Amino acid sequence: MFILKLIFKNAFRHKLRTWLTIVGITIAILAYGLLRTVISTWYAGVESSSATRLVTRNAISLVFSLPLSYEESIRHVPGVKFVTRDNWFGGIYIDEKHFFPSFAIDPKNYLPLVPEFVIPGDQQAAFIRDRNAALAGRKIAEKYHWKIGDTITLKGTIFPGNWEFVLRAIYHGRDKSTDETFFLFHWDYLNEALKKTASRRADQVGFYFIGVTSPNLAAEVSQAIDKMFKNSLSETLTETEKAFQLGFISMSEAIIVAIRMVSFVVIIIIMAVMANTMAMTARERFGEYAVFKALGFGGVHLAGLIFGESLVIAILGGAAGIALTFPVARAFGRAMDNYFPVFNVAKTTIYMDMAAALLIGLVAGIVPAWRAVHIRVADGLRRIG
Amino acid sequence: MGKIPFSYSIRNLWTRRLTTVLTISGMALVVFVFASILMLAEGLRKTLVQTGSYDNIVVIRKGSNSEVQSGIDRLSASIVETQPEIAIGVNGDRLVARELVVLINLPKRGSNKPSNVVIRGTTETSLLLRPQIKLAAGRMPRPGSSEIMAGQSIARRFRGGGLGETLRFGLRDWAVVGIFDAGNTGFNSEIWGDVDQLMQAFRRPVYSSVIFKLGNAADFDKVKLRLENDPRMTIEAKRESVYYEEQSKVMAKFLRVLGLSLTIIFSTGATIGAMITMYTAVANRTNEIGTLRALGFQRRNILTAFLMESLLLGILGGCTGLFFASFMQLITISTMNFQTFSELAFSFSLTINIIYQSLVFSLIMGFVGGVLPAVRASRMNIVDALRAS
Repeated sequence: MFILKLIFKNAFRHKLRTWLTIVGITIAILAYGLLRTVISTWYAGVESSSATRLVTRNAISLVFSLPLSYEESIRHVPGVKFVTRDNWFGGIYIDEKHFFPSFAIDPKNYLPLVPEFVIPGDQQAAFIRDRNAALAGRKIAEKYHWKIGDTITLKGTIFPGNWEFVLRAIYHGRDKSTDETFFLFHWDYLNEALKKTASRRADQVGFYFIGVTSPNLAAEVSQAIDKMFKNSLSETLTETEKAFQLGFISMSEAIIVAIRMVSFVVIIIIMAVMANTMAMTARERFGEYAVFKALGFGGVHLAGLIFGESLVIAILGGAAGIALTFPVARAFGRAMDNYFPVFNVAKTTIYMDMAAALLIGLVAGIVPAWRAVHIRVADGLRRIG
Repeated sequence: MGKIPFSYSIRNLWTRRLTTVLTISGMALVVFVFASILMLAEGLRKTLVQTGSYDNIVVIRKGSNSEVQSGIDRLSASIVETQPEIAIGVNGDRLVARELVVLINLPKRGSNKPSNVVIRGTTETSLLLRPQIKLAAGRMPRPGSSEIMAGQSIARRFRGGGLGETLRFGLRDWAVVGIFDAGNTGFNSEIWGDVDQLMQAFRRPVYSSVIFKLGNAADFDKVKLRLENDPRMTIEAKRESVYYEEQSKVMAKFLRVLGLSLTIIFSTGATIGAMITMYTAVANRTNEIGTLRALGFQRRNILTAFLMESLLLGILGGCTGLFFASFMQLITISTMNFQTFSELAFSFSLTINIIYQSLVFSLIMGFVGGVLPAVRASRMNIVDALRAS
């Protein structure tokens, strides 16, 4: 008990210096937590993907479509429970800065595939009934103050023209990681319009979204589908939803690597600051350490004092940083919601924060402790300042 | 009484070497990150600026944001081709090219992870329109054949993209017969082949864009107005330079926001570090300060001396950070452009302006960290300071 008291007294002997150090560590841990959250957010789409869902796309790349006739062929592959046509619509609302993903889907087959989209029963029925109906995520509906029954106009980038939809349903996510920024509407609505304006592009599907009966069948079903269309004009590539999402992430891997590196740099910077504080503290107290030694206290005892003090400061800073991470992450997520539809602080991030704070405390204590342990009593007593 | 000599500040830093080194390394890291992010943003900008030419015009379908999403039918393409403002080349050809731009999914060398690569169907004029592009190895693909050439950054990083290798897509094998060097431009991340062959292979009856060079760059507004108001087609015309700048607006903004927030957070940390160092320096030297004052040095002399010391810390940190940041120029980043979903390679680029900004930034950190401690030092009462032990 006495030792703890001594450590605390020591830590706050230079109040200003200690508080400055604590603020520094708080900021560093906060920054580290935010950067980690940015990284984990990148993978949010992967984590929310289901193991029983597959995506079939054109083998050349997503830019190329598949014939509508593939849908029935895929449906007859053993193990396939649902299959829905899906087109990336890429519509623009207001202007390019207000981005949200928009897809043309087949509601009857799509909705059973995504149990994580929770829709009130009557709204769901209304969405399925109306051909020009749209379904929007809670987040974008709140952002643009949409109400059920509103008419929403999107400007097509891939499919030219202005497209009008009536909002019939709003979904909210079952899980925290569910993306609530999707904008979905009837594939038939898109197709009928294309038949009139650009018949060449009608009856084409961007990709098929498939539900299999059991996750064990995923590999078999994928192979069966791809084999079926081998050597046809539109060869297919089928992968699990997870692999499909990971494919997008691996393309921007360089950015993730950079952010990860930077998150370590911030810890190193604060280590330097903290080590500096401890070095100065220890230098001022060499005389005291010599007295301790002269009284018969061993090196372990002295090292314990120094590490204890360093850890107390680091833990205080770390705790403040972790506490601040949550409100700051919320504000950051709101400011950047164009880039990150889901922005939640993960549990692992908090553990990493704690580990980082402890590490900072330990590393900062090494040099001063080593010096204190090795100091000769006579030198220490003679030393001034 | 004169000023306190500059060497006083330098020697003070030297006496507390460990502390000085720790403070400087903290600042150096901040300047390193600051400079690196500026260099990255500059590299991206440079790549895009050099990709597009001011007097080249890109015609795409109205409302489509990029060539990949666009479609121009043969009729519209022919109308564009007949514009009288189009420049005439050395052998009398009109400098206009119908092009096809699509994405194909290729695996990377090593990791085998697939990424989207731009493949551009070109004509012989396409090269005349982009004088930045030079053949680096092999030969030009023959028109009307299944031969392609790859940009240097594709050849290096993607499987099947090297000289003599083949790529398979659209039920055909395509031989890579040439590697081109497009300097510091986005074309380095593209594959070029014969436009008619590619359109057949991909079963696409329409072009993606029509590119032409203006005989007189000032004619742009006139041509744009005429083309966009033509009732036979719905297209829009943009200067190539503007087109490429728009292609990476999101990316550039992302880098800017990320860079700004990181810099603010990091610099706060390092400034606190400098402040701690300087406060301690002042506290340890109370006696010394008292003596200096007793010798007749003015308050402002003391203030200047301590501020000098802190600015020195800043500039040393700045120089160290910049030194290490300059090595980042050797690195090329390749990542997906969020807007086009395709690969784009660009490198860190150090400019005089960035050096200047980084040094000013490190001086500011030193100043902010040192000003309060220096004020405290200058305000000390002579008698009290001399009495302190």
